[in-house]
Amino acid sequence: MDIIMCGVGGQGTVLASRAIGDAAIRDGWQVRTSEIIGMAQREGSVVSQVRIHRQPVGPLIPDGSASVLLGFELAEAVRHIEKADPDASIIINTQTIVPPSVYLGVSQYNIETLRSYVQEYCRAPVFIDALEIARQAGSIKAVSAVMLGAFAAANQEIKTDLIMEELLNKLPVKLHDLNKQAFRLGKEYVEG
Amino acid sequence: MSKVLMLGNEAIAWGAIAAGVNVVSAYPGTPSTEVFTTLAEHASEYGYYAEWCVNEKVALELAYGAAISGARSLVSMKQVGLNVAADPLLSGTYLGVKGGLVLVVADDPGPHSSQTEQDTRHFAAFAKVPVLDPSDPQEAMAMTMQAFDISEKYHLPVIIRPTTRVCHAGQDVDMPLVSPVSIQAHFEKDDWVIFPPVSYRKHGELLKTLDELGQCFCDSEFNYIVGENPDRDYNEGIICSGVSYQYVAEAIKRLDLDLPLMKIGTPYPFPDNIVLDFVKNKQHILVVEEQDAVVEDHLLRLLGINGLAVCVSGKLDHCVSGVGELNVNAVEEAICRWQGREPVTSVTASKPELPVRTPILSAGCPHRASFYAIRKAAGKKSDIVFTGDIGCYTLGMMPPLSAVDTCLCMGAAITQAQGIGRAEPGRKSIAVLGDSTFYHSGLPGVVNAVYNQYPLTLVVLDNSTTAMTGFQPHPGTGITAMGEAVEALNIESVLEGFGVRWYKTVDPGDLDLAVQTVREALAYDGVSVVIMKSPCVNLPSVNKERKPIRIIAEQCKECGLCVTEIGCPALVGEKGKLPLVMDTCVGCGLCKAVCPFDAIEGGNA
Ligand code: SF4
Ligand code: SF4
Repeated sequence: MDIIMCGVGGQGTVLASRAIGDAAIRDGWQVRTSEIIGMAQREGSVVSQVRIHRQPVGPLIPDGSASVLLGFELAEAVRHIEKADPDASIIINTQTIVPPSVYLGVSQYNIETLRSYVQEYCRAPVFIDALEIARQAGSIKAVSAVMLGAFAAANQEIKTDLIMEELLNKLPVKLHDLNKQAFRLGKEYVEG
Repeated sequence: MSKVLMLGNEAIAWGAIAAGVNVVSAYPGTPSTEVFTTLAEHASEYGYYAEWCVNEKVALELAYGAAISGARSLVSMKQVGLNVAADPLLSGTYLGVKGGLVLVVADDPGPHSSQTEQDTRHFAAFAKVPVLDPSDPQEAMAMTMQAFDISEKYHLPVIIRPTTRVCHAGQDVDMPLVSPVSIQAHFEKDDWVIFPPVSYRKHGELLKTLDELGQCFCDSEFNYIVGENPDRDYNEGIICSGVSYQYVAEAIKRLDLDLPLMKIGTPYPFPDNIVLDFVKNKQHILVVEEQDAVVEDHLLRLLGINGLAVCVSGKLDHCVSGVGELNVNAVEEAICRWQGREPVTSVTASKPELPVRTPILSAGCPHRASFYAIRKAAGKKSDIVFTGDIGCYTLGMMPPLSAVDTCLCMGAAITQAQGIGRAEPGRKSIAVLGDSTFYHSGLPGVVNAVYNQYPLTLVVLDNSTTAMTGFQPHPGTGITAMGEAVEALNIESVLEGFGVRWYKTVDPGDLDLAVQTVREALAYDGVSVVIMKSPCVNLPSVNKERKPIRIIAEQCKECGLCVTEIGCPALVGEKGKLPLVMDTCVGCGLCKAVCPFDAIEGGNA
């Protein structure tokens, strides 16, 4: 299983990819990840790749191979969508983060066009308002927990409990309840 | 052994700990930084010494000094850092080492976060230093452990050259056995003085050693062949180096080819004999490697020396791209091109236009206020040149700030301005660089400017950290890599000692005063320095109590200036609309100072 996660620097994609990777190792899989760390973390476009296999594979997902795409932000999901198989579980946070280039007039952000492109590209995208769900859980900072919960619902390979545990392992204890709740709400949303 | 998800950089660090490293030094730089941060974190626990040095040359000299005393030493840096450290490397290789000396030099094909795509394997060959090229984190760990043994056996420094997709790739790695060490080194007075007749002798010995090592590398576990059926003759084969191995192996599988693949983990000195064996009965060889044609070049030389007629494809015949990173798809295309087959194309519908999202200065970043003040002081119509430097603040080049006209390498803001002033007398420059860069290589430029009488204005953006690479301490921070509190250097006293007669420190949060101060500095005839002092908003130690600003709707004329003048990502909007304040606003107040109609209230200031 190849998982591509894309978003904007600071949204927590690195945290989420580490949680999935660690959970997969505990579940007996071979894991490869690839992160963009450095300048792009300053609100730039970031992408994390997680590859979970029985055989060794390289760090980068070939085009069209990802069976899960977790888009933390709409435009960023579209930016990397060709990594995903059209039959993939595509879960996209409807949150939009408009970069200054748009209001400085050098590029545009057209939500409707982007959404309909996603619908054209793949069979059954799931749009989720992870920001709002995180807010309900108690903090807008819990977006990555919501997305991980959504991922747990969409995948069969890795046990849900392990993903949640590995997420909590990376967070200070005082944030555990909040993130558990965010994770649960994200999972429930996808399960419907 | 337990499996742990580790980044390549962490795996290298644990490899060094397992090898019993005694002294480690570094200067931060993407994608190498986590090698040292991991080592620094565990230094006290395992009994070795770790130090962030002011620059890479200092870091290498320190590690070299420890190595000639018999300690196992490791120094880490990014590829351009090796340019700074070139001097001690070339001489140190002639003189040799006693304790193992390992340099971790991370390359950045792409580049993702670097000035160049330079290839450290080339640098190693030029410097006559053995280099190991890992293909994944597990191998990077094994190479690090072995590099110490090679270094001690052959008395040479050894370079490990991971690339971004090894450094920042995670893998389920076997945690090695580690135990605490104690440093038991002793400097013996011996042959440690480089001097022309010594160099001649040492150079001869070095060449002999490298020949021997090339032989020894023929048996290295890091060089191997996969997919070669012994009952078959092959006309074709592929050779690759480093992380490219992963892409090629996967591409061969996906294309369902029966092709032997040779992986080279020791590109210099080249393992001639095993490569000759691999190619001698083949007619076509494809070489797949990132960055320069290092393996390809060497293979061509080898074929010439041995009079073998084998066609070699790779970068030199443009079969494989000479720029950027490789990946599975790019390798599949290269293989098809090489075999003269229809390329595998992925069908992609034309994508709608996407917003341009380059990295930008964070909401509330004090550099934004500093650049705004500099531009304001310079005046809208001025032709002042803004010479910039390396760090987060290179982002000041982006509109709307557009306050960086040049960026070359660490420290060059100050010295480039001097050259521009000589070439075009009367043209004024403002040189801008950060605090960590100031200590890294800004100091000689300041001395040069003072002594040679330049009318130069320098702005030091002092945010009390090395922010871009993740908040490493530097001499101005008062803390060491191992967490010890020490007396911090202060930029004013350094400038005073260098003979700078005009310098002032100001908080860029006080915008009017900051503008006024830069104006005064510009009016001064000589070297003038403004220190813009305000801590990075992303520093974990900075007070996180944030009071966002509010727009007073009744007062706002919807002119859009607060948005378009400063480009803060926490303020969104356009002319004719009420600006929207995002959750990321930290209340720095810069937009408040910009609004001509007093329509913004709140914030921390
Ligand atoms: S106060 Fe204004 S400039 Fe500062 S972070 Fe908030 S919106 Fe941005
Ligand atoms: S600068 Fe002031 S008046 Fe103009 S849009 Fe911003 S808040 Fe409104």
